[in-house]
Amino acid sequence: MAHSSELIAKDIDEYLRQHQYKSLLRFIACGSVDDGKSTLIGRLLYESQLVFDDHLAALEADSKRVGTQGGDLDFALLLDGLTAEREQGITIDVAYRFFSTERRKFIVADTPGHEQYTRTMVTGASTADLAVILVDARKGLLTQTRRHSYLVSLIGVRRIVLAVNKMDLVGYDRAVFDAIEAEYRAFAARVGLTDITCIPLSALRGDNITEPSPSTPWYTGPTFMEHLETVEVEDLAHTQPMRLPVQWVNRPDLDFRGFAGTVVSGTLRAGQRVRVLPSGTESTVARIVTFDGDLEEAAAHQAVTVTLADEVDVSRGDVICEAREPAGVADQFEAHIVWMHEQELLPGRPYLLKIGTRTVGATIHAPKYRVNVNTLEHQAAPTLALNEIGVCNVALDRAVPFDPYADNRDTGGFIVIDRMTNNTVAAGLLHFALRRSENIHWHAVEVTRASRAQLNGHGPALVWFTGLSGSGKSTIANLVEKRLHALGIRTYLLDGDNVRHGLNRDLGFTDADRVENIRRVAEVGRLMADAGLVVLASFISPFRAERRLARDLMEPGEFCEVFVDAPLEVAESRDPKGLYAKARRGELPNFTGIDSPYEAPEHPEVHVRTDEVDPQEAVELVLNHLRAAGIIPA
Amino acid sequence: MTTNLEHTRLTHLQRLEAESIHIMREAVAESERPVMLYSIGKDSSVMLHLARKAFHPAPLPFPLMHIDTTWKFREMIAFRERMAQEVGFELIRYSNPECIEKGINPFDHGSALHTDMWKTEGLKQALDLHRFDLAFGGARRDEEKSRAKERVFSLRSPQHQWDPKSQRPELWRLYNARRNPGESVRVFPLSNWTELDIWQYIWLEQIPIVSLYLSAPRPVVERDGTLIMVDDDRMPLHEGEVPQMRSVRFRTLGCYPLTGAIESTADTLTQIIQEMLLTTSSERQGRTIDHDQDGSMEKKKQEGYF
Repeated sequence: MAHSSELIAKDIDEYLRQHQYKSLLRFIACGSVDDGKSTLIGRLLYESQLVFDDHLAALEADSKRVGTQGGDLDFALLLDGLTAEREQGITIDVAYRFFSTERRKFIVADTPGHEQYTRTMVTGASTADLAVILVDARKGLLTQTRRHSYLVSLIGVRRIVLAVNKMDLVGYDRAVFDAIEAEYRAFAARVGLTDITCIPLSALRGDNITEPSPSTPWYTGPTFMEHLETVEVEDLAHTQPMRLPVQWVNRPDLDFRGFAGTVVSGTLRAGQRVRVLPSGTESTVARIVTFDGDLEEAAAHQAVTVTLADEVDVSRGDVICEAREPAGVADQFEAHIVWMHEQELLPGRPYLLKIGTRTVGATIHAPKYRVNVNTLEHQAAPTLALNEIGVCNVALDRAVPFDPYADNRDTGGFIVIDRMTNNTVAAGLLHFALRRSENIHWHAVEVTRASRAQLNGHGPALVWFTGLSGSGKSTIANLVEKRLHALGIRTYLLDGDNVRHGLNRDLGFTDADRVENIRRVAEVGRLMADAGLVVLASFISPFRAERRLARDLMEPGEFCEVFVDAPLEVAESRDPKGLYAKARRGELPNFTGIDSPYEAPEHPEVHVRTDEVDPQEAVELVLNHLRAAGIIPA
Repeated sequence: MTTNLEHTRLTHLQRLEAESIHIMREAVAESERPVMLYSIGKDSSVMLHLARKAFHPAPLPFPLMHIDTTWKFREMIAFRERMAQEVGFELIRYSNPECIEKGINPFDHGSALHTDMWKTEGLKQALDLHRFDLAFGGARRDEEKSRAKERVFSLRSPQHQWDPKSQRPELWRLYNARRNPGESVRVFPLSNWTELDIWQYIWLEQIPIVSLYLSAPRPVVERDGTLIMVDDDRMPLHEGEVPQMRSVRFRTLGCYPLTGAIESTADTLTQIIQEMLLTTSSERQGRTIDHDQDGSMEKKKQEGYF
């Protein structure tokens, strides 16, 4: 049995001492309900005595009510968690199960096997050391068997247990088992899997689960549980060069500055020469600090706090590396992308990418190809939809430290986050960095407005804020720019301050100069919009003709006139710069509204009545228009 | 290259400890106003211990918050105050003022309403009041079937609701704590611990726990097959009911009228573990709340219960 009741009863202290030193094995179980996966996992929990009496009572009741085993215990019912899923009779998400034996603690990622659940399989495999792939002995290898094998191999799980289940239903026939094993080994080699253990079993009957089955005398290998308990799992993390992504700078006072993080690979040692990436600065490990005292060294997976011998600028997101074998640093990569969200990949759209402890802006190019997870064929595809996998180039807005995923899951695996919803929409596996020369223009022969827009993930526009001095144009324009920026839209704000001091330094406030001022601003705005930006121009621009000129410079739909409408009394009462007061005193001639006319727009795209809406609402009006016009994503 | 793997390989408890520390550091780095929910139970005690390890030598970079229903065991409250003093963390105590005003209690209002008003509503109020954007909780995936699929980082709507359909996939050690204004994240650093792991770790690290976990003679009455401790004179006794001193302990701690005791002589930590390994009833059985209806924990979670 899983826990030695005798020792527990006799000498609990000795038992606990022995059990301190158990190792941990994380594995993924792949298969569908039909293969008996839930029954197998339920059986493992049952055999390791983790099913308590009250659970068992509930199980007996459930087995009679909704069980599929004709009143016999239906172990599968131990697992299903959410009521909706229970009603449908399928599991649709990764569930984590726990059991332990005398030798090991196990964490099982229990993942459904249907095609539409590539997302959950990849998630479950990402933390697994080993994969159990279930096959129904009656059916042999199915499309899903191949899919499961490809996916676990892609995620870097090298060790496979092929559990040939339901042997009772084929009369424990050795020939059936041997044929499945031979066929599987041949297939697995194609996806790079060679470390395979095949076990004939019946989860329902308990054959070869914990005890060798008398029904399969021809099978001399380990039982399922015995194999899980003893299999040596090589952990790449131990053999790779040292990496410590910095999570948090620990600075309780001026005398201590430590860098908290998990050693994700290799061994960290006091006195070790390290290089901090991406800066490239080198130093030496001074101390490895923990709550339980300083360490001489810390192994992979240990969470520690490091201090360095030199005053080095290190912050969250940096990676402390073994100096002789540092990680690479790059901002463009080729990667496998596993799309995990209902909303498909928009090539060129700005996303966020989190790798290690660093989050950066990223765009993903259209896939080079998509992988058919059933046939492993490469197919042309313009994008990736939920559960699809493809190879894409990824461009980041900053260089990041990395290793190829094949070498290091922690410094080579990343997630993609939608900027607006903050959902995790994809996972990625880095292959290699691209040399800049190879990828400045991937497939675009000519760089056009459209290709710039595609790269940006939004269209160009010139948003023109017009209104009296003090109407609130600049306030609103500023807020709009902040919002757009947060949404990942590339923007630039042109206003009197940054134009009058440079480009238009030579212009005054006569009508002629005002016209020339607006003409130049409109031209600059057009160039910037051509470059792909959403340009915000905030100028009193009192004359319809000049605003018309600006509009005519733009493509239809790309000009957005925003009339910031405040009654003169209101604007004058605000008078943030004291200009109205000066104008009233006659010190500012040609002041709009006082002694120079303001020609209100007749058909502005957005009309903001500042006495009715507050600036935040005004921002929404502008954003709504830009969305409706297709300039920014809805 | 094969090195001496056994030499560098961590034990399962060391792995769990490191994982929890990693989770806590990510959570703190990616939030503005984090808080740790402190229930005073054994899981909270382990979580607190891990937090001290995660941020050592700095003090905890967040306060602890206890949602006090005023019906907790008196010993729990004393322990809470003692720990706050000894460890030196900032402690926020919150009790739903509406419950105080209406005198909500499990006897007159039933366990469901009592729990909903004091705990679920109280927690939401406290989170809103302090504008916490991230809260650590001590829940484990092995506690209850519906928790097996719970994420480590679990997003809640501005109304604190949990949507089982829009959970974010969690891969490797990468957690996504990003949220829109008003949304918050619940983080469960003990997700992968089992009850046995918790006890083994308490034993190994000598973590202080409330002595209610240890057996002692305590005044109890038996109701509907459950032993309820008469912790104070607010508990109305039925006719003919006389509290009896029996040697009991508790496997989980909550409001005393809703927490069943078990008869036991285990009065040391190792004896508790021994008893747990040899007994055959699951942990949450002592809690009345789970039995209200099938799938009730899941329903509570959607409403914002931890």
